[in-house]
Amino acid sequence: MARMKFLCDADRCIECNACVTACKNENNVPWGINRRRVVTLNDGKAGERSVSMACMHCTDAPCAAVCPVNCFYTTADAVVLHNKDLCIGCGYCFYACPFGAPQYPKLGNFGSRGKMDKCTFCAGGPEPDGSKAEYEKYGANRLAEGKLPLCAEMCSTKSLLAGDGDVIAQIYKERVAKRGYGSGAWGWKTAYYETIAT
Amino acid sequence: MAKLFAHIRLLTGVLALALLLVTVLAGSSTAQQNAPNAATSEQQLLNQFKTIQGLGTIPDKKSYVIEHPAGREWQTFHTATLKWIGGIAIIGVLVVLVLFYLWRGKIPLTKGRSGRTIVRFGAFERFVHWLTASAFVVLAITGLNVTFGRAIFAAGDGSETFSTWSQWAKYAHNFISFAFTLGVVLMFIMWVGRNFPRAVDIEWLKRGGGMFSKKQDAHTHAYKFNAGQKLLFWAVVIAGAAMMISGYLLMFPFYGGMTISNMETAEVFHGIIGVLFIAMILGHIYIGTVGMEGAFEGMYDGAVDANWAKEHHDLWYEQVMSEGTERSTRTAPAE
Repeated sequence: MARMKFLCDADRCIECNACVTACKNENNVPWGINRRRVVTLNDGKAGERSVSMACMHCTDAPCAAVCPVNCFYTTADAVVLHNKDLCIGCGYCFYACPFGAPQYPKLGNFGSRGKMDKCTFCAGGPEPDGSKAEYEKYGANRLAEGKLPLCAEMCSTKSLLAGDGDVIAQIYKERVAKRGYGSGAWGWKTAYYETIAT
Repeated sequence: MAKLFAHIRLLTGVLALALLLVTVLAGSSTAQQNAPNAATSEQQLLNQFKTIQGLGTIPDKKSYVIEHPAGREWQTFHTATLKWIGGIAIIGVLVVLVLFYLWRGKIPLTKGRSGRTIVRFGAFERFVHWLTASAFVVLAITGLNVTFGRAIFAAGDGSETFSTWSQWAKYAHNFISFAFTLGVVLMFIMWVGRNFPRAVDIEWLKRGGGMFSKKQDAHTHAYKFNAGQKLLFWAVVIAGAAMMISGYLLMFPFYGGMTISNMETAEVFHGIIGVLFIAMILGHIYIGTVGMEGAFEGMYDGAVDANWAKEHHDLWYEQVMSEGTERSTRTAPAE
């Protein structure tokens, strides 16, 4: 089995936000929730750089460690998924997440959070693959159909890569070797305890 | 003279060399800034700011933080550190209480019961105490559930039952916090006047209130509240306030520009103070029930035996007696 990872080649991201739109559309993500977002650093200044960020599907996922009801699980492809039927909306996964991935629909009183929603690497949830219940709770299960996450698949500059970690790391290495520079795999050290040597 | 010139020459040479080095280094760093690969480096940002934050295009401002490695540190706190602090504090206090009970037993009324009782706590005082106490018990159990529930109930594979219970526990924790807040505020208003330190408290503290001596004359002077109770009062007020502030910040997440680090800090405070608070209240429950003869009834039906009052709160007893006995004493019903 592959170890699925995301890699945002920040030198190629043009902040077009197509990944964000594609994700929302493909997974029917509710209003007010963003599983993926593009953030621009040094906006309008020298050294401006945009990075597309979502759940990185961490090794030893912090969200899973702090969840009081243990609703997270890791698939054979190392994708970190969760069970919305178990989630109590306590918000702890957001505090532990190094990438701000978990999102909560605002439901009920005060700042009371609903069932957490986050990027599934387009791999659905615990329900049967491709079932209606799965789609309604978690969105598409493209992985079960042999496809990769849509955000990366339709990235116009191929900045965002998704897939087997070794394969995308190789692609990135070749790119950096060819063009002579690369700002590294953003978030990899935090998420996977490793970087790509270029 | 020649030596002095040599010194000046040397100094000038060193200065010139330093200037050259600085220029070269500065030049090379400008060159680096112009190269595309050094525009904004991840490691450099993390070293500088701990989190990486930019500008986004969606209204959710907290999504502008794209990397916050400290989340893993908070994870360690929540899954390990807090469990150790809480476990040691709570189990430690329980062990100490059991050992204390085995050694000291129930602290008896040395002169037995007189049969006369004195009103110690009015109906409103008792109402406020039990409002706070019952709210505290619910908050403590539902709060401990968040940190220890998963391990205790072995919800290792994620169980539906445990999740349903935890969901209700969360609601209870959120809503009952208001009752607790009200209780602590009322207790503060009601009892603050009697809880300022007085000279007799020093002697009480020196002798641990006589608790650690089996001698009959070990008691020290005390007004309505002894030094230990005063310490408990102030601890409840201060810890209660800390729990309320950190708790409401957690209940209204990210309000008023709170950042992810602020939220984590609020949880750290809430967790540590919470478990210590529970440990302390265990001691309070002990001495108010099994630990001391004649103490519980003061908060149960409001009246204590006159001999209990004389032994444990002699100065308060004298005050009550000199104030006139009609209103404040009543005879125990004949049986």
